[in-house]
Amino acid sequence: MVSAVFHAAPEPGSAAAHHAAAPAGAAPTASTTMTTNASTPRAPAPAATSTPRDTSAALRGFWLAVLPPACGIGLLLVVWAIVSSTTGGSIPNPADTWKQAVEIFSNPFYRNGPNDQGVGWNVLASLERVAVGFGLAAVVGIPAGFVIGRFTFLSRMFNPLISLLRPVSPLAWLPIGLLVFKGANPAAIWTIFICSIWPMIINTAVGVQRVPQDYMNVARVLNLSEWKIATTILFPSVLPYMLTGVRLAVGTAWLVIVAAEMLTGGVGIGFWVWDEWNNLNVKNILIAIFVIGIVGLLLEYALVKLATAFSFEEVKA
Amino acid sequence: MHASLNTKFIEIQGVEQTFKTTKGLFPALRGIDLAIAKGEFVSLIGHSGCGKSTLLNLIAGLTTPTAGALICANKEIRGPGPDRAVVFQNHSLLPWLTCEGNVHLAVERVFGATESKARLKERTAAALALVGLAHAAHKRPGEISGGMKQRVGIARALSMEPQVLLMDEPFGALDALTRAKLQDELLEIVARTQSTVVMVTHDVDEAVLLSDKIVMMTNGPAATIGEVLQVDIPRPRSRVELAEDPVYLQCRKAVIDFLYTRQGHVEKAA
Repeated sequence: MVSAVFHAAPEPGSAAAHHAAAPAGAAPTASTTMTTNASTPRAPAPAATSTPRDTSAALRGFWLAVLPPACGIGLLLVVWAIVSSTTGGSIPNPADTWKQAVEIFSNPFYRNGPNDQGVGWNVLASLERVAVGFGLAAVVGIPAGFVIGRFTFLSRMFNPLISLLRPVSPLAWLPIGLLVFKGANPAAIWTIFICSIWPMIINTAVGVQRVPQDYMNVARVLNLSEWKIATTILFPSVLPYMLTGVRLAVGTAWLVIVAAEMLTGGVGIGFWVWDEWNNLNVKNILIAIFVIGIVGLLLEYALVKLATAFSFEEVKA
Repeated sequence: MHASLNTKFIEIQGVEQTFKTTKGLFPALRGIDLAIAKGEFVSLIGHSGCGKSTLLNLIAGLTTPTAGALICANKEIRGPGPDRAVVFQNHSLLPWLTCEGNVHLAVERVFGATESKARLKERTAAALALVGLAHAAHKRPGEISGGMKQRVGIARALSMEPQVLLMDEPFGALDALTRAKLQDELLEIVARTQSTVVMVTHDVDEAVLLSDKIVMMTNGPAATIGEVLQVDIPRPRSRVELAEDPVYLQCRKAVIDFLYTRQGHVEKAA
């Protein structure tokens, strides 16, 4: 318990020293490599020192990539440990939580009845709800965004509605969902649908409105059909905007699912958090927070990768 | 020997164009009358903001005139169409399509209904070969130079076998050497395809080298045609030989005189 605190402490300290030295030093390459290559001259001597400078630059790049994040995580652990010790252990410390996490993840897919399932099942259940709700929202929202962006009349018609409904917390729609769909699971999916549809409509519509006039002039000169315009010009040029909408939508959906599941129950990471709170099992709540964070991070990373694969150089006017 | 269609292939009659701006109405063009013969190469030249591009957009059908009429091949111009291909100043290639894809889009639109897929492919390849870009067919616009992009733009326009080729400062964004090379290529292509061309430019040498007729426009607002110069230099023309040709020098002087002596004064007064 105490060892974790002392183990974490020296790491950010040394990292900070490296970090501070790098921008401040007159010869930055030298400062990080002094321990490994003390003979490196402060004043650069071009050709002769090229090899050691290359390796030192690589080393420095490595430290800059690894150290700052390590510092951040270290800081989190320190604060966590301090909070834990000042609250007298009602919040478990990092080491205990880690032990518990190892135990939980050694068997994530067990089933002991409907209210006691492994964390893996809970995460998958939540992801499934997000996927269904988000998928339905995409099916409705992206075409709606295209149409709203393309036709001024529709844009003026729907803008007030979107402005009115978008700021409403998606959880406010949950009772409507329960009433209409008569079930907890469809109501949760409904909530996800509502919260993820707005960013997709809005971003797609903005993307359509921002298609460069040059491309539209090409379409007009060629007299392309509305379908051809949509598939060869609108869709590819809107794609980056659309993917931004998708990213925002998935992010929001993942935020909302936890809250929705707390209210609806069943299987899911949000329900799991609430269940563990009722059991006063704080370690599992902390683990759930990390799991939610990591899954959200992975979703975001995957969508950013997808978005960069589909962005093109724009025409410069 | 020439039918009236041949001497008046494009007819512009009393065209006016007024734009609505935040400061009120802006009269861009006034009293434009012009006839362009089939196979003629016409340049529109004038100072920036004199409405050259406005006039070209009117012929393209991208905008409609406030007053007057534009007629192409005995039909009123009501909107843009593939019979009047446009080479845009900034090439306007679709960045997600390859060079081949960009040209093929145009070919497919014009000939897709009547010709086989193999023939469409042939046409696309021929258009790219015409501008010397067969080797870059599978590259995207982002991977080729500015001059090459402009050549793809020209290939796209020519591939449609348009009745009229409209070019809006096609070489304006290029460096001098690339520009000269593309001008020479254009001379050759136009000689081969016998195209009717209307080109907007602000380069005097370019106008004299390429054109049969140079339309000089007065300064805006309410710009109009100041003078039309017939360039009677026999084709094929060679850039090097023309440098000392008396007719060339005379034409060049006439355009410079119009642009800098007469229209220059107007600009100072305005």
